[in-house]
Amino acid sequence: MDIQLKRGLLDICVLAAIKDEDSYGYKIIKDMKPYIEMSESTLYTILKRLELSGLLTVRTSEHGGRLRKYYHITSAGLDRIEEFKGEWREVMSIYRFVTKEDSENA
Amino acid sequence: MRKQEFLDALGTRLSGLPKAELEERIGFYSEMIDDRIEEGLSEEEAVADIGPVAKISEQIIADIPLKAIAKEKIKPKRRLKWWEILCLILGSPIWLSLLIAAFAVILSLYAVLWSLIASVWAVFAAVSASSLACVAMGVLIIIEGEIVSGVGCFGAALLLSGLAVLLFLGSIYGTTGTARLSKIIALGIKKLFIRKEDA
Repeated sequence: MDIQLKRGLLDICVLAAIKDEDSYGYKIIKDMKPYIEMSESTLYTILKRLELSGLLTVRTSEHGGRLRKYYHITSAGLDRIEEFKGEWREVMSIYRFVTKEDSENA
Repeated sequence: MRKQEFLDALGTRLSGLPKAELEERIGFYSEMIDDRIEEGLSEEEAVADIGPVAKISEQIIADIPLKAIAKEKIKPKRRLKWWEILCLILGSPIWLSLLIAAFAVILSLYAVLWSLIASVWAVFAAVSASSLACVAMGVLIIIEGEIVSGVGCFGAALLLSGLAVLLFLGSIYGTTGTARLSKIIALGIKKLFIRKEDA
């Protein structure tokens, strides 16, 4: 897949993974696993990018005698998800146009 | 492999990163391993599940912009003493010119690669243009009554357009290949900066 496109999509996936409740690294990867495989280093880069652009915040909490980082979505992050849903309608209609001839021939 | 061994090995391989970033990344992997252990994996299994250190460090290096790595390498680890600064200034005719030479070598490498590609495209353009010119000339010659020479011109046009198609394909392959090569060179330069001997 086109690398720019994929990067944008993965950002949204990570935002969606923390949308309902704060989550931590391993849980984000596990929650996404049925849909999309992501390596730790990719997740790290994405979390960092989202934090720098203000779409999520990070807090460190104690958990079972050690520290764990929790990621919390900001209102800008929620807006970004909504924005994506709007854009996606456009992308889907482009997809239908592109595949139109295939389905007519089938 | 034990968790601490894994983290130490990762730290060694990424020792070229800024200190704060290195610590953050190590902490991130430490947490990832602990969460797997908490889920019921043994320490060895958890580390194995993360993947080989070599592959992970490679991915991380590929993700980091070259500028960040170079900046960290250039930044002195402590304040320079007065005589060190003096040496730097006195030595500048030597090290500065070496540095400029190194950059010039890299730059010229890119220039050579891309001018090669540019010249292939130029030949393609020239061959296409002469193919069209041959068609025009053939028409003119036939109008003047020299049928045999005119047909000869058309033949040449056909030959040239065939050549143009081949050149076009060659240029496309050459361009994508060079783009890929440029990327590999960039990654290689990054590794020069960041990679320490495998410990």
